[in-house]
Amino acid sequence: MGLPGTLPVLNQKVLEYAVKAGLALNAQIAPYSKFDRKQYFYPDLPKNYQISQYDLPIAEHGWLEIELVDADGSSRRKRIGVTRLHMEEDAGKLVHGGSDRLAGSTYSLVDYNRAGVPLVEIVSEPDLRSGQEAAEYAQEMRRIMRYLGVSDGNMQEGSLRCDVNISVRPVGTEKFGTKVEIKNMNSFNAIHRAIDYEIERQIEAIASGEKIVQETRLWDESSQRTFSMRIKEGSSDYRYFPEPDLGPIEVSQQQLVRWKADLPELPASKRRRYETEMGLSPYDARVMTDDRAMAEYFEATVAAGAGAKLAANWIMGDISAYLNNEKLAIDAIALKPEMLAEMVGLIESNTISNKIGKDILPELLTKGGSAKALVESKGLVQVSDPKVIEEAIDQVLAAHPDELEKYRGGKKNMAGFFVGQVMKQTGGKADPKLTNQLLMKKLEG
Amino acid sequence: MASIRELHQQLITKKRSAVEIAQESLDCIQALEPKLHSFLCVTADRALEQAQQVDAQIAAGEEIGWLAGIPTGIKDNLCTQGIPTTCGSKILQNFVPPYESTVTGRLAAAGAVMVGKTNLDEFAMGSSTENSAYQLTANPWDLERVPGGSSGGSAAAVAGGECPIALGSDTGGSIRQPAALCGVVGMKPTYGLVSRYGLVAYASSLDQIGPFGRSVEDVAIVLGAIAGHDPKDSTSLKVAVPDYVSLLSPELRPKFRIGVIKETFGEGLDAVVSEAVRAAIAQYEAMGAEIVEISCPKFRYGLPTYYIIAPSEASANLARYDGVKYGFRAENPPDLISMYTQTRAQGFGAEVKRRIMIGTYTLSAGYYDAYYLKAQKVRTLIKQDFEQAFAQVDVLVCPTTPTPAFKAGEKTNDPLSMYLSDLMTIPVNLAGLPGLSLPCGFDQQGLPIGLQIIGNVLREDLVLQAAYAYEQATEWHQRAPVL
Repeated sequence: MGLPGTLPVLNQKVLEYAVKAGLALNAQIAPYSKFDRKQYFYPDLPKNYQISQYDLPIAEHGWLEIELVDADGSSRRKRIGVTRLHMEEDAGKLVHGGSDRLAGSTYSLVDYNRAGVPLVEIVSEPDLRSGQEAAEYAQEMRRIMRYLGVSDGNMQEGSLRCDVNISVRPVGTEKFGTKVEIKNMNSFNAIHRAIDYEIERQIEAIASGEKIVQETRLWDESSQRTFSMRIKEGSSDYRYFPEPDLGPIEVSQQQLVRWKADLPELPASKRRRYETEMGLSPYDARVMTDDRAMAEYFEATVAAGAGAKLAANWIMGDISAYLNNEKLAIDAIALKPEMLAEMVGLIESNTISNKIGKDILPELLTKGGSAKALVESKGLVQVSDPKVIEEAIDQVLAAHPDELEKYRGGKKNMAGFFVGQVMKQTGGKADPKLTNQLLMKKLEG
Repeated sequence: MASIRELHQQLITKKRSAVEIAQESLDCIQALEPKLHSFLCVTADRALEQAQQVDAQIAAGEEIGWLAGIPTGIKDNLCTQGIPTTCGSKILQNFVPPYESTVTGRLAAAGAVMVGKTNLDEFAMGSSTENSAYQLTANPWDLERVPGGSSGGSAAAVAGGECPIALGSDTGGSIRQPAALCGVVGMKPTYGLVSRYGLVAYASSLDQIGPFGRSVEDVAIVLGAIAGHDPKDSTSLKVAVPDYVSLLSPELRPKFRIGVIKETFGEGLDAVVSEAVRAAIAQYEAMGAEIVEISCPKFRYGLPTYYIIAPSEASANLARYDGVKYGFRAENPPDLISMYTQTRAQGFGAEVKRRIMIGTYTLSAGYYDAYYLKAQKVRTLIKQDFEQAFAQVDVLVCPTTPTPAFKAGEKTNDPLSMYLSDLMTIPVNLAGLPGLSLPCGFDQQGLPIGLQIIGNVLREDLVLQAAYAYEQATEWHQRAPVL
């Protein structure tokens, strides 16, 4: 509310988060930094100035690496420069009455609940060349911030917001064209499409002899277009000056070393490691590292002895489906990584089939416990004894003379029928590979 | 009215109750307000309630502190929960803070009894209290003259005997200058010693809250109660607060060195003020102090430096008064921009508008380096002048103001001449140092004259010691205006 007489106090956790975010973005952390007042009148800004950082931001000159996976599964990496990262306070939120937009509304309300809430603003270098790259950059930024615990990055709730500036230029030209700012994109998909739309719009405009004007445009989700919101006339004079109510910020070398040591392994490094050391595909590595808790779960499963590929398949497949259905986080389920590793081990050692694995998974997910004990108590251990399987095959063939006749008469696709019958006979426990081999021998023999 | 020590004695010996003392103060206010207009609001109910609590403590045999039961005036730019806080401005005429400032909270916790909120120049901008949107406060020594400002209400209330102590705020001299003009003791502490939380900001890097009293000891007691770190103010210093009262002695410490700022005895200084201050210096010498002439060549740049830094910060601090959230709002504005401009045009007085405009200009793109940045550099030079001085002396002395109290209306059309009355006090704020004003004589018309004592950072002890020793050796503080 900016009540008269109230004073700001820097939340020390904010500084820690900002420095860690800066470090994660390979930026230089300013040993001496300060806050400034950015002044402009607007009802969502209770004090009519925003406490921000102007000429001495907490972090500068960083970069992050994005990995773009194309439809064919191939991947390429690209470094995107980060100009600066600074701390500031959030403004309130305007709610326009009588219309969903400012234009046409009959009154406006201000929600000050988020005014004064700390945030970091990150400015990137003009290194992004497509909607895909920009969306990936934003996603990677969110992954990093989530890994660090800085923000949940929820775009719908506004805890991650993104404005983009777009310009086009003829191939081979050095100088950038006039830039246009786009606001109001509430998802990565929207960022992707808004940029691609805007690139096309600008090219078409230039091709038809129009001039691009510096302006702010809004992305409209329903029509999938951008609309002009306001034309920028010159630059605003924010009358920045150092915030006298907050002292300078000094980050000592020792503090920096401590915070650096606290940093978790970041998604880009994990992706590389999963691909090169664990043999995951770029796509799988990306999925596994998207969420820090999931990556940690995966790593714990592998550390407990599971094969990486198989563990990843289970986590990406049935386990993720379960998490999505139940709206659960991976660290909230009863199936702990060691238990998953045990189950994967049973499959790898041919003790159970993949199919049995899928059957017992629901119980393990909800109740946890030992996969081995569960398999044994339910008598689900895979039958790998050739004699037992042969016996079952013989019984099946004897029980279905007509089908056998048809098969031998040329209907080779009847093989599946016999496999199914053998599985039924063995309660699904017969080793599928061995069953196939033995059945073929008998059918052809 | 008696000193804190006397009132405390009366309370603990049960000669008088706190309610009786509070009632005496309230009666005095009622009798004198038609003449003085020191108070914007009198909080009789709250005062009597607080006094009853003190009496209950005494009845229960509890030990009470120095300030318990002492009637106190509070400058109306200090937020008091549930009690209007107007800053002397129309724009905050209906503002009732939902929270308590740290200083008033600490005084209340110490048992002090708030009798009312005192008048001030609008948003503490001014040197005569004539910039209040509500009323003119009179100087108790001559009702046609101003009490000084901006804490003129607090100074006049103490000088007139309406309450023994009061709080003010001092950005460029707003405690010391009215203390000098009203013949009382007023102190601006080191920047950061007293929390600014709940003080409606004028110029954040200069504002400090401090006490008024009729004796140095009373001022030392109040300072001890309000000083000390506050996590709600990031500029608040993390230092231990000494027991100032126990450090006071009628004798000056041997070899106490007093510096006299040469540059303050130049042009524009009234002869009568010069004589009184020279006499005070001679008094110190007679008491055994070493007198050293000190040159502070940058002192004279204080005023222009201040009139860039203070309005710059004010222009931002006062931006929040826009009619959206609290306070006054212009009626039926056709649109948002009109609501802003009409609210501010109708809600602020001329001096506040002048400073907002100056500050907006000095922070503007293209002018920032020439004004604000340059002023900050000069501020550093002024600080360095003081640092060099304090390498040689314990305290510095000079006149508090160039002249005694002037007549109401005399300078209202000449802002520059009004600004000059803060010439001697402003550099102390720019350097963040403690400064105190105490009476050191009277002119032919019986108007009081103030002596300013300036200390190094956090050397309130030395300032108070020098002031106390002088006070004990002289009789100026025993005079009271006839009302």
